[in-house]
Amino acid sequence: MSAQTFEATANGETPLFYEVEEHHHPEGSSTMLGFWMYLMSDCLIFAILFACYAVLGHSYGGGEGPKQLFELPLVALNTAMLLFSSLTYGFAMLTMERPGASVRAVQGWLIVTGLFGLAFLCIELYEFSNLIHEGAGPWRSAFLSSFFTLVGTHGLHVTVGLIWLVTLVTQIGMHGLGQANRRRLMCLSMFWHFLDVIWIGVFTIVYLMGVLG
Amino acid sequence: MSADTLHNSAHGHDHGHDDHAHGEAPHGSLRGYMIGFILSVILTAIPFALVMTGTLDTTTTAVIVLAMAAIQVVVHMVFFLHMTTTAEGGWSFLALLFTVIVIVITLAGSIWVMYHMNANMMPAPAAVTETMSQQ
Amino acid sequence: MTSPLPLSSPSISPIFGRLTLDALPLHEIPVLVAFAGTAVGGLALLAVITYYKAWGMLWRDWFTSVDHKKIGIMYIILGLVMFVRGFSDALMMRAQQAMAFNGNPGYLPPDHYNQIFTAHGVIMIFFVAMPLVAGLMNFVVPLQIGARDVSFPYLNNFSFWMTTAGAVITMISLFVGNYARTGWLAMPPLSGIAASPDVGVDYYIWGLQIAGVGTLLSGVNLIATIVKMRAPGMTLMKMPVFVWTSLCTNTLIVAAFPVLTAVLALLSLDRYVGMQFFTNGLGGNPMMYVNLIWIWGHPEVYILILPAFGVFSEVVATFASKRLFGYTSMVYATIVITILAYLVWLHHFFTMGSGASVNSFFAITTMIISIPTGAKIFNWLFTMYHGRIRYELPMMWTVAFMLTFVIGGMTGVLLAVPPADFVLHNSLFLVAHFHNVIIGGVVFGMFAGINYWWPKAFGFKLDRVWGKRQFWLWVLGFWFAFAPVYALGLMGVTRRLSQFDDASLQPYFLVAGFGALLILAGTGAMFVQFYVSFRNREALRDVTGDPWDGRTLEWSTSSPPPDYNFAFTPVVYDNDAWWDMKRRGYVRPTTGFRKIHMPKNTGTGVILAGLSVAFGFGMIWYMWWLAVVSLVGIFAVAIGHSFNYKRDFYIPVEDVIRTEDERTRLLASEGVSA
Repeated sequence: MSAQTFEATANGETPLFYEVEEHHHPEGSSTMLGFWMYLMSDCLIFAILFACYAVLGHSYGGGEGPKQLFELPLVALNTAMLLFSSLTYGFAMLTMERPGASVRAVQGWLIVTGLFGLAFLCIELYEFSNLIHEGAGPWRSAFLSSFFTLVGTHGLHVTVGLIWLVTLVTQIGMHGLGQANRRRLMCLSMFWHFLDVIWIGVFTIVYLMGVLG
Repeated sequence: MSADTLHNSAHGHDHGHDDHAHGEAPHGSLRGYMIGFILSVILTAIPFALVMTGTLDTTTTAVIVLAMAAIQVVVHMVFFLHMTTTAEGGWSFLALLFTVIVIVITLAGSIWVMYHMNANMMPAPAAVTETMSQQ
Repeated sequence: MTSPLPLSSPSISPIFGRLTLDALPLHEIPVLVAFAGTAVGGLALLAVITYYKAWGMLWRDWFTSVDHKKIGIMYIILGLVMFVRGFSDALMMRAQQAMAFNGNPGYLPPDHYNQIFTAHGVIMIFFVAMPLVAGLMNFVVPLQIGARDVSFPYLNNFSFWMTTAGAVITMISLFVGNYARTGWLAMPPLSGIAASPDVGVDYYIWGLQIAGVGTLLSGVNLIATIVKMRAPGMTLMKMPVFVWTSLCTNTLIVAAFPVLTAVLALLSLDRYVGMQFFTNGLGGNPMMYVNLIWIWGHPEVYILILPAFGVFSEVVATFASKRLFGYTSMVYATIVITILAYLVWLHHFFTMGSGASVNSFFAITTMIISIPTGAKIFNWLFTMYHGRIRYELPMMWTVAFMLTFVIGGMTGVLLAVPPADFVLHNSLFLVAHFHNVIIGGVVFGMFAGINYWWPKAFGFKLDRVWGKRQFWLWVLGFWFAFAPVYALGLMGVTRRLSQFDDASLQPYFLVAGFGALLILAGTGAMFVQFYVSFRNREALRDVTGDPWDGRTLEWSTSSPPPDYNFAFTPVVYDNDAWWDMKRRGYVRPTTGFRKIHMPKNTGTGVILAGLSVAFGFGMIWYMWWLAVVSLVGIFAVAIGHSFNYKRDFYIPVEDVIRTEDERTRLLASEGVSA
């Protein structure tokens, strides 16, 4: 390697125009950036749903609005579930990064995360079914359409995240914590925290600002 | 000339050849996650409490609630998502910045445009139309 | 309270949904003719493939390939095939409009005419222009940056098949049921469930949603590729301009297509679940759809044109044998266009009623965005000035573009003036404007790119004689077809009309029809060009890999390049890297090869796309069992695919040596050493 120059030389000597020692792009070196780009696009989907909520959120169609419909204590509980799940996923990642990481330990924290996520979904489904039974389904008004779609899309993302989580728990059980599985866990980590970020927007703009009027 | 320096000079990538060059994402620490968590709890509890008890007037509450939400987003970005200006050679931050700009344009633009559309184009309230038809 | 769903209607069968034999166009002659033609052509193609026992080869070497070059070529084939359908729609419209005067209703009932102009727009934008653009970017970008493939080869294959799935769903609508009658953007309330209860708008929605997945992922893929996979020494400001325009285009894709996905999802929620986003009652606001769809729609047109601008930058520099003038300003102009693309969308609906203050803001931003494009035109002209210009076909298309597109751009700036737009909105003037910029810009750019990179892809040049015939027929045809349309628009004729009261307008439509026939002949000339070139490929052979004395890295490879593109990763020192190499005495290495790491083929993309077609069909026809089963299948296949960790292999060094030695022999026979 020492005999080869990579710079153009001053005396007009032909520089070396190709790599003899291949600088290998390690497998998966683009994955984190690529997944981040996808998350940015997902942000924009939510931005459109927020825009709809902002524009249509006061169109009650003669029906009920946020003050009558939203139960803040339940939303607070839900928020706590999601926040705890973010913390426990963080613990899963810390466990993974420790040298000599145990697959069982990582799986454990992931499962705890999953349970918090499941709790979040159950509470949300309970809230939705209550609203529908009260006659405040998504077809009742533009406000309710925007509400159900925004909150529901977030919930759908959580659901997909849970399916992914179960898949990954299985895969690290089968294949351990190699490079590929680490990358996947890091991607799910980004996804999971990003969902919590979106939820901050949801509970603030939909629930708190809605009840505030 | 060490192999490493040669390696550096041949590298066309804009980011420096640091430990994060090969897909190693920035990671957190227990301290980081706990700080992030506790800050998030505070930044969530205060808005909920203010709205549920109605201690302050509406406008002040709204401002505090929104401000705390914005701060909590940053807390999440820093402590949970490990967002820095140098991750992935600065491209992560650039992508985030561009996305935020587009989101702001989309939200502000849509609200502004639709406000004017509604004001100019949506039907008048029922009382007014009744009066109109009686004349 | 139950939702007012159309799904609860008693005429929905549990197995067939709302699909009945009435969905087949047995009483509609034009459609039956189209079906017969397509069926005969399709069966003939299948027969030919079977006769040559090519199915295995097609599956192994093409359909399951993760090679960006093969995927790029398949995208372009998709685009050209769908062009035949989209252009047939255009010819039908021209014929109808040329004859429907003096009480003659023409041969197309309005119901059909409306489907035709809707399908024409959707197909041309989503299944012709986008695939052509994606195909060129996929084929060229990795080669130009000195990489072996894109960042995510599997995703690339999947993206292509999802785009194809969207096209398949759209084509099925021709023969089973009907297409949307709403225009290519399907505005509510017309596209809502009340006014369009039939399958048309649902075909539209699912065709685009499925294709949209492919497009979005392709955007992510190419951004990651350009950011991470450049050859050593190729800093951002040493990238070819085509790579810069690709980076900006894919940024626009990632930042605009989610908007389309969300808006179409909201429309489908209105249609399927009875929600009130864009309805007329209970708080809905159809204007919000218009607002949101154009937030996507305007960046979309820049997604189409920026790659064309990139092609022209490459072509002008190559065929003027001169470095591109003003590289830095070209880059900044492209970046400025990318950002400003998000600030002009309201100019598509000045007349909807937002008022003077809002209209003025967007009028000014629209006028500003024309400036960086103008800067680019000047840079191309200054590159040509004092250059030694060779008028090969790509250069001819570039000159035609400069003349044609500039006029189209000027009519755009005219439309950007709200008072003028209040007269011209939704008139034929608008139709002429956007065809002017899309044909003059995007289509001419694609023809330039195809002629320019064809030798690289296939190893032989395209025939010049038939290429020139195609050129003149298209350029003259375009002007004959659309100059009258400008005039008609200025006289006040509205778009999307199938019958006219004023007989004095007919001559204009006849001239336009004549222009369309010229374009038809030009298109025929293009296919003849492909055939003739293939037949004469030995005479047209590109032996050296550098038939145009090119400037960028793709011309340093053989034509076609080996699977691995580069035996050794290039090292870059300057812009126009290949030109730099040629100038400074580069000698192609003939020894020292290593084994090369490559990704394996995959059938997952084809399978997922097939399941997506089934899902779309189930959703369109309310065959819920089919939708559920396919959706579960999609998840199962995707998750199952993730359990496969062994996705790569090495090309053995003997194979590399053999391939490179072949090239050494070929170059020696031409008396060339590099």
